[in-house]
Amino acid sequence: MQNLEDLKEQVRKALPELDVVIGWTGGYDPLHATPHFIRRDEDIDKLQVNALCVHNLATYLPSMRGKKVGIIVKGCDSRSVVELLQEKLIDREDVTIFGFGCTGVVDQTKIRRIVGDVGNIDSCEVSGSEVKVSASGTEHKLAMSDVLSEKCATCRYPNAVLSDHFAGAEITSTATFEDGYKDVVEFEEKPEEEKFGFWLKEMDRCIRCYACRNACPMCVCRDHCVAQSRDPHWLSQEAHVRDKWMFQVIHAYHLAGRCTECGECQRACPVDIPILLFKKKMNKEIKEVFDYEAGINPDATPPLMTFKAEEDKITERKW
Amino acid sequence: MPILEGKELRIVGFLCNWCSYGGADTAGVGRFKQPTDLRVIKVPCSGRIDPLFIVKTLLAGADGVLVSGCHPRDCHYTEGNFYARRRLEMLKRFLPIMGIDAKRFEYTWVSASEGQRWQEVVTKFTEQIHELGAAPKIVGAEAEETLKLMEAAL
Repeated sequence: MQNLEDLKEQVRKALPELDVVIGWTGGYDPLHATPHFIRRDEDIDKLQVNALCVHNLATYLPSMRGKKVGIIVKGCDSRSVVELLQEKLIDREDVTIFGFGCTGVVDQTKIRRIVGDVGNIDSCEVSGSEVKVSASGTEHKLAMSDVLSEKCATCRYPNAVLSDHFAGAEITSTATFEDGYKDVVEFEEKPEEEKFGFWLKEMDRCIRCYACRNACPMCVCRDHCVAQSRDPHWLSQEAHVRDKWMFQVIHAYHLAGRCTECGECQRACPVDIPILLFKKKMNKEIKEVFDYEAGINPDATPPLMTFKAEEDKITERKW
Repeated sequence: MPILEGKELRIVGFLCNWCSYGGADTAGVGRFKQPTDLRVIKVPCSGRIDPLFIVKTLLAGADGVLVSGCHPRDCHYTEGNFYARRRLEMLKRFLPIMGIDAKRFEYTWVSASEGQRWQEVVTKFTEQIHELGAAPKIVGAEAEETLKLMEAAL
């Protein structure tokens, strides 16, 4: 990121007023970043902002309610912050948002598919158009367009939609709403049996680790999640594909009209199940029927939490 | 063996206590002829129906799900069915991505006096499900497999 120094300066100035600022820093190897909690001045120097900073840090905010928290956000992350504000799960006066123009983040799965063994990374250099990875002594030059996360290729909100501080220049995006949902349309055109079979096969891999839920910034029930509840008993403890699939539909439905499509669920999935497809489908329909997108306007009410006596786009069936 | 075995499909109906359940009752009292595939679950209000009830029903092997509540503006609790309408419409649009035909699920409004209408709704929906045939079932229940293995081991 070009304006990292500006961002560090903004954080440095704001830090005395805040309990913590959440950002990213280098992770367990050069290919990975990790969330970074800045409490002292010396922590600021370790701040890292580049295409490896995949995590949506808004996930931490509801649990830190009551503290003065600063958060560094990509465009997609800022939508999660706005959605949390919309639902009054965090307080605007306690949150300081540091925004910047994001040029996209990498998809580690794509890198792994090209590089192969990513267990032994020697170095990793990220520039605007290229990722240079050296793994087990072999150098790989990856074009950014080949390893860019899917959501970033069709991103419409590269800049924070709401911020108190903004580092660097804003980035313009030419992507349209339709661009982002081409995969959904394409998938939907398949015959029903094929789609049913596809999910049976994909969901069978699920190990019920609930990483998707834990990474999700909008999954705020935490200890009261229906996935582990005995009363009501939505899911059994069987390792059956029906329960795994059911959980993913529960997740998608609990996010209906709330999901900001940060893609954390799919990124966190250790077995790469394309679960974001469910959420994208729901968002596409929400947009069509209610002309609404989550996490844009802090004052808006999510569409399933309200109603109109005469709905504009829901037509009653004749019989 | 029951005479209807193989001829009947499993349809689950979620009916609101105040309107549609009464409507179904009216149809029964009026001795209107109805198909017998539907199994009714009474709920306090269509707003009580979590769309996930329907997903769970379908994934558990139901061939169709019918939801019926009070007509909009007639809700016993004033606004339950307005919320339900939004949720259920979203579900109907969501089902195709799962590979479940959206025609396997319908929601409609029947008031307690509309026995005739109830007969019509049930008949049409049952016909619709029979046209689609039995829903694809999720097989290979691992627990059952394990049980079999355990039995074999004993």
